[in-house]
Amino acid sequence: MTAELVDYAEAVTAWEPVIGLETHVELGTRTKMFCGCPTAFGAEPNTQTCPVCLGLPGALPVLNGQAVRSTVLIGLALHCDIAAWCRFARKNYFYPDMPKNFQISQYDEPICTDGYLDVDVEGEIVRVEIERVHMEEDTGKSLHVGGATGRIHGATHSLVDYNRAGIPLVEIVTRPVEAGPNAPAVAKAYVEQLAELLRTLDVSDVRLEQGSLRCDVNTSLRRPGDAYGTRTETKNVNSYRSVERAVRFEVSRQAGLLEQGTRIRQETRHFHEDTGTTSPGRSKEEATDYRYFPEPDLVPIAFPVDVVEELRASLPETPAVRRARLRDAYGWSDLELEEMTNAGVLDLVVSTVELGAAAPAARALWQNEVAKAANEQGVEASSLPVSPTDVARLLALVADGTLTAALSRQALAGVLAGEGDVDAVVAARGLAVVSDDGALRTAVYDVIAAQPDTAAKVRGGNMGAVGPLIGAVMKATGGKADAAKVRSLLVEVLT
Amino acid sequence: MPEPITRDEVAHLARLARLECTDAELDTFAGQLEVILGSVARVAEVVADDIPPTSHSVPLTNVFREDVVRPSLDRDEVLAAAPAAEDGRFEVPRMLDEAP
Repeated sequence: MTAELVDYAEAVTAWEPVIGLETHVELGTRTKMFCGCPTAFGAEPNTQTCPVCLGLPGALPVLNGQAVRSTVLIGLALHCDIAAWCRFARKNYFYPDMPKNFQISQYDEPICTDGYLDVDVEGEIVRVEIERVHMEEDTGKSLHVGGATGRIHGATHSLVDYNRAGIPLVEIVTRPVEAGPNAPAVAKAYVEQLAELLRTLDVSDVRLEQGSLRCDVNTSLRRPGDAYGTRTETKNVNSYRSVERAVRFEVSRQAGLLEQGTRIRQETRHFHEDTGTTSPGRSKEEATDYRYFPEPDLVPIAFPVDVVEELRASLPETPAVRRARLRDAYGWSDLELEEMTNAGVLDLVVSTVELGAAAPAARALWQNEVAKAANEQGVEASSLPVSPTDVARLLALVADGTLTAALSRQALAGVLAGEGDVDAVVAARGLAVVSDDGALRTAVYDVIAAQPDTAAKVRGGNMGAVGPLIGAVMKATGGKADAAKVRSLLVEVLT
Repeated sequence: MPEPITRDEVAHLARLARLECTDAELDTFAGQLEVILGSVARVAEVVADDIPPTSHSVPLTNVFREDVVRPSLDRDEVLAAAPAAEDGRFEVPRMLDEAP
């Protein structure tokens, strides 16, 4: 059943969106959840498997203690209760992504429950309640062959790589969020800030593009005051922006159906990055069809209270608290902090300031120069061969007049090119400002002699003509002169 | 006593377990499952509220493994045991539906 899409702004005047988010995070443990196979991304297919993660007969799982600690840490950071006792469950289904024909997960006894994340949505705090955080194992990766562009439809057969099967996965499930017309922005901000928190906890590398963070977005509509409507679950949402677009599209689509009197089908839908639309997957199986039962091959977890408290005490400063502290200490705005975070340079800027650089200058240099270079090369700023020490030195040389802004960019380019540290590059490239008055005066006289007409204009009081002369002096000194000083010399000589 | 198990329920379970059953088999299994469920129900009658269900026969908790890498299997050896393989991957028949 299809209907016209209703314009988003119009849809939310008549309908209230309610959203829910299920986020899967691959933990950054060295080994899989239940066996000692490595978890490295990008390895040759099926080179990281063993009898346990291949589901060979007789193989028995043993739980990765570090994965449990990481999950508890996530739960604590989300203000959850940690279960005194819980078990794993078998989720039974036949699908080639799990060779065992079941997935080990947690069902009615999740290890963490009842928490929240306070999300900053354009300056307003929205509390997103967390229903549960549970552990499970990731599935294998399928490649569909014979159909168009790897799609399952029309494929003749599929090829499966079990390297990912068994990698520790944590699922974080929110309660329904009555986000109102702002639902798309709330959804995006939640996933972004959850990812930031997970990165701070150092439990996952949180890379959406590599699938180590994956998000399913539930959306439903209701008339104000009514009970929740039927929800759809949108999968394949692989970027922060897509989270926002997926909610927006589902609101428009559902409003169209509801307004023509069609009921919403509870179903899984797939998000399409290229068109920003969703299309139906299959109807959701009933939970009872998975025939969950307690996993007999793993004993229960009664995570020690003293270790929970130890982990609680070790929780790092949350990103929100840190942002507030940096804002107060260094005077950066929320927007600047967000930009530095997104560019992956915030930690580097902070280190640079701690080495004595001025906060605005340090921010500008990392954000405008280094992050730009990283972006052009398609790498993280932190992986470039420039350190906070280099940037602090560079800014100190600018501050004491040894380098001009233009020269400092050349020095940075040298450091980025691997020519050594700042002082080495400045020496090797001969970048220091010409501070020798005699040399500068000579250059000034040479230029005046070479351009008598322009010089005459300045003598006649046309100060606009001084610009080309400054340019010529700068050129003559290879850009190593201080332009302000050149100007004052020219003015002194000519007037 | 719980509701008697129906033939439709048996057919549904058979489908979930990917078992092909004839009509006659469905009737037979419905009867047999009925007996099994009846026996379990009798155990439930004598279980008091203070007895939690048993999921594990050994009174153990917190069996954890260190996060230390152990060698994986050789891929050729692994794929040799598969009915079919291509490009270092397991080849499986066409999947009819999206992932669960």
